[in-house]
Amino acid sequence: MRVDKNYSMAPLPRNTVRDALSVAVTVGAYGVAFGAASVAAGFSVLQTCLFSLFTFTGASQFAAIGVVAAGGGAISAIVTATMLGTRNALYGIQMAPILEARGLRRIVASHITIDESTGVALSQKPRGVNAMRVGFWVTGLGVFVFWNAFTLLGALGAKALGNPASWGLDGAVPAVFLGLLWPRLENTFLRVVAATSMVCAMLVTPWLPAGLPIVATALVAVVMGWRER
Amino acid sequence: MLWIVVAATSVLCLAIKLFGHYVPGRWLANARLQRINTLIPIALLSALVIAEGVVTKTNVVIDHRLAGLGVALAALFAKAPFPVVVLAAAVTSAVVYHLH
Repeated sequence: MRVDKNYSMAPLPRNTVRDALSVAVTVGAYGVAFGAASVAAGFSVLQTCLFSLFTFTGASQFAAIGVVAAGGGAISAIVTATMLGTRNALYGIQMAPILEARGLRRIVASHITIDESTGVALSQKPRGVNAMRVGFWVTGLGVFVFWNAFTLLGALGAKALGNPASWGLDGAVPAVFLGLLWPRLENTFLRVVAATSMVCAMLVTPWLPAGLPIVATALVAVVMGWRER
Repeated sequence: MLWIVVAATSVLCLAIKLFGHYVPGRWLANARLQRINTLIPIALLSALVIAEGVVTKTNVVIDHRLAGLGVALAALFAKAPFPVVVLAAAVTSAVVYHLH
């Protein structure tokens, strides 16, 4: 039997797989919200599914369709989504030396490098490097499968249901963003950054075209992150 | 325009992920860059809460969505799981919408 130098023959860490799958199902399920919100924003079912297949990073996807739904232009949507995606590069830098993937496997690993796969992998550190790799792959591939399946369901559902306000979708989308923001607010400084950004976004809203106030708050991050605290 | 958004967002987001896996880690080791990178999602997600929750076109508008957001905030304080937070906001928002 050929023993893969990178992937040891240690038994599958069962607890790791269980952790990974529960994250994959829970996170994947709110693909329903993305699918529905995307169709409500005016994207077709096909475009919605392509988002989930190829962009595959939830916050950026919600941001792109959110800016469009708010009446913003293509550039604002693309810039906001891309800036939100930059954290995935830092995840990649952390994960690459742990995964040691090569060739096609490395490309697939890149595509499934998101909050959840990185988070589960890093949480498995006490169980060893094999558990970290299993955690990354099972979570990443699991989220990919469930996220895409539920996106399709949500998109088809939204098409059938009609007016998004009458079943609460326009109220669910800001809650999604708040839910994505919440776990990041680990200390007082980060909460101040969030509050400042909200106030700034509100203040510039009447003066800028729709969508730009969102892009503009990136300046808050630059200014408040410039100096060490 | 929508096709441009789908295509450009997908290409750029994948390029960022590949960048992270293929460049040497020291390229992004700059402390200032790392600090700003941590703050960018916080700033943008905060702005998106506002843009989606209390803005219509270029006006700040208080409506049924804010009721949903309030319930979501309460659910987060109560440590409710993510799907519960979103569902509670949707139901509240829909109920308030129909009451008006």
